[in-house]
Amino acid sequence: MTPSLHRVTERIRETADVTTLLLEPLEGPLMSYRCGQFNMLSALAVGEVAISLSGAPDEGRLRHSIRDVGAVSHALCRSRVGDLVGVRGPFGSDWHVARESDGAATDSRDTVVVAGGIGLAPLRGAVEELVKASQRGAGRVFVLVGAREPSQIVFNDDLESWARRGAKVSLTVDRATSTWDGRVGLVTSLLGDAGFDPLNTRALLCGPEIMMRFTARALVDLGVDPGGILVSLERNMQCGVGWCGHCQLGPLLLCRDGPVVPYAGLVAELLTQRER
Amino acid sequence: MPTPADATSTPGPTGAFVIDVEGLDGLVACLRALGYEVKGPTLRDGAIVPGPLSSCGDLPKGVHDLQSPGHYSILSDDDDELFGWAAGPGSWKQEFFPPSQVLWRGEVVDDTVVFRAPERPAAPLAVLGVRPCDAAALAILDRVLKDGSHRDPRYFDRRDSNFIAVVECASPADTCFCASMHSGPGIDEGFDLALTELNDEQGHRFVVRTGSSRGADVLSSVPTRPANESDLVARSLILEEASRMMKRSLPYDEVASLLARNVEHPRWDDVARRCLSCANCTMVCPTCFCSDVHDTSEISGALERRRTWSSCFDLEHSYLHGGAVRASSPSRYRQWMTHKLSTWWDQFDSSGCVGCGRCIVWCPVGIDITEEVAAIAASDAAHPSASALRSAP
Amino acid sequence: MRELVASHPFTAGMSEGTLELIAGCSTNEVFAPGQLLCAEGASADTFYLLRRGRVSIDVHAPGRGAVVIETVGPGDVVGWSWLVPPYRWTFDARATDPVGCIAVDGACLRAKALADPSLGFALLSRVSVTLLARLQATRMRLLDLYGDQSER
Repeated sequence: MTPSLHRVTERIRETADVTTLLLEPLEGPLMSYRCGQFNMLSALAVGEVAISLSGAPDEGRLRHSIRDVGAVSHALCRSRVGDLVGVRGPFGSDWHVARESDGAATDSRDTVVVAGGIGLAPLRGAVEELVKASQRGAGRVFVLVGAREPSQIVFNDDLESWARRGAKVSLTVDRATSTWDGRVGLVTSLLGDAGFDPLNTRALLCGPEIMMRFTARALVDLGVDPGGILVSLERNMQCGVGWCGHCQLGPLLLCRDGPVVPYAGLVAELLTQRER
Repeated sequence: MPTPADATSTPGPTGAFVIDVEGLDGLVACLRALGYEVKGPTLRDGAIVPGPLSSCGDLPKGVHDLQSPGHYSILSDDDDELFGWAAGPGSWKQEFFPPSQVLWRGEVVDDTVVFRAPERPAAPLAVLGVRPCDAAALAILDRVLKDGSHRDPRYFDRRDSNFIAVVECASPADTCFCASMHSGPGIDEGFDLALTELNDEQGHRFVVRTGSSRGADVLSSVPTRPANESDLVARSLILEEASRMMKRSLPYDEVASLLARNVEHPRWDDVARRCLSCANCTMVCPTCFCSDVHDTSEISGALERRRTWSSCFDLEHSYLHGGAVRASSPSRYRQWMTHKLSTWWDQFDSSGCVGCGRCIVWCPVGIDITEEVAAIAASDAAHPSASALRSAP
Repeated sequence: MRELVASHPFTAGMSEGTLELIAGCSTNEVFAPGQLLCAEGASADTFYLLRRGRVSIDVHAPGRGAVVIETVGPGDVVGWSWLVPPYRWTFDARATDPVGCIAVDGACLRAKALADPSLGFALLSRVSVTLLARLQATRMRLLDLYGDQSER
């Protein structure tokens, strides 16, 4: 349970309450991880919290985008370049996005990535890999992003980069400002005319649980095979290794069986059960 | 009875032997001489709890217990029985997985942090008097805290070096149901030595079986004789009678799927009207393992990470995004019971319950897990449809 | 039953034949406070004409419990998804008071409306009026009219 010490080498203020930290280990090689996994980050003397890795695995640094919602995330968001952060991980399951180095056969399916708010952070690395794969001949990539307001959209540079490299990127907000000239509406409203082939699509969803629940159902209603839908679930996490018991969702221990889980069957059922 | 003149037959890894009470004392002495910290059941503050054993004199001689939902009391009699009771509130879990434990300490030194593992206990632990249900509970905790590549070093430090002498049960309490959970009253594996207390016209003695070479070695330090037919028959009768005495049971093969298909059963609201969410059941349960992790620091720069027992009945247990996922009492009781009896199978490939009955005894309002299961089974909804209208909490 | 159905605003102006038909598919129901009329994800085959008591339309979110989206009361209708595929409830509807209502078998009406387009139109035209009103109200609520206007 001893964290591995890392130093903050870069700090990016993404929005009013989201900060990205780039970390490098004090000693030893950078950990290897897959997109969708998470680390337990320690703000020394404050506490530890589970944060998804938001970088592509070959970035050379650990990238974590943190939303300031509690004591530990607040301390992490206030870290400066040069500060120490403890890292334990990587833990959990990944988005099953094949990388070139995997040598796997090209997946020709369309991939629809639906992100709500900060939910784009755990998906960012996977989208980067998917766009690269698409440029190499794999299936098309559709990135659908919903946010409460325009100022809360994260990773604007990445969204533009993905669009330039062939991904279809659509944004929508719940509430517009006077300068917003994009779409206004729920993120599910982007599904209808996105352009993916529902019968040959897999989907990666991340965001508030209600959003994932409704989006998954909307995708299934459009004809997407539920077996091809993955969601990233969240519960209270204190150890990351299956000992503390907090991250249970029914039969699942999300630090070990998740956070990325297949939607079909068990999870679809669990998500309808209140207070589970 | 064995006398000093009897040649001590070298016990092999299998086979049953007999020792007397002096022999039992000899086992304790041998373990102490080998450097173990020896503990066992002791009577303190009106309950049988884990405590240090310097000799058999520390064992609860002539003590019997009366247990029922919400009630525990001790009777002291003038018989010689050392193990004529069922199980007290404290299980041996606390020796291996303490209620509060330092995970690491650290110090800010120059521009970095130096971490230090906490001190390890000076001596390995030997326990004389583990009940079969508690031995089964330790085996369950082994699976929880091992979990593939994440092996809890503190727990296994204690566990790998331990010496476990189980004593089988002759006097189950009304609240015991280990027989239906396949974890008692007898036991066949998971121990170094297993003893059964016999106290009849042939004398006060113990049938001893070895379960490891370590157990065989320790047993060879005391006078023994091979167990004969009547010793073994006496043991069988005791275990059969103990099984028969148990008034409660759980449908071991059916309960996991029963609870999985009754997530919205009205009984959860019913039990929640009685449940105080006091978490007593999770504190006395020998397999509950939920814990909180906290970091603290001092002005000097010293850091500490500590793990403490917590409970799924705590409101903060499921805290997420500004509130508890399981805010209502029914949802928390449902979490505890479905985890213990159903989803534990999905997570750790075994039941979480050993039938010790402590949760029934130590519940201030006497909620009985076996009764709750029976109530759900009685109106089992084989098809949980959302149109089955359910009262809100 | 016919009198009860006829007295609810939903059926105002309907022909006698339509009223009889709906009454034939209806039962009088009561719900205790806390009981669910509709559960998210369940199949939507019944809708409710509220006569007495209030109902909350809510959605459950981990950490936030049941969040109320809208409250409806006597004279309102609970449940539209019976009319629109895939005929599945989108939200929960929960009685907050003792509720008295008319439960109408929507599945039965659906089948009859397929056979009799004029029945279908009668139902849809009433449903659309309320749906439009709710949509307009919801859009107004999204304006966050009471919030800090300086950000606009």
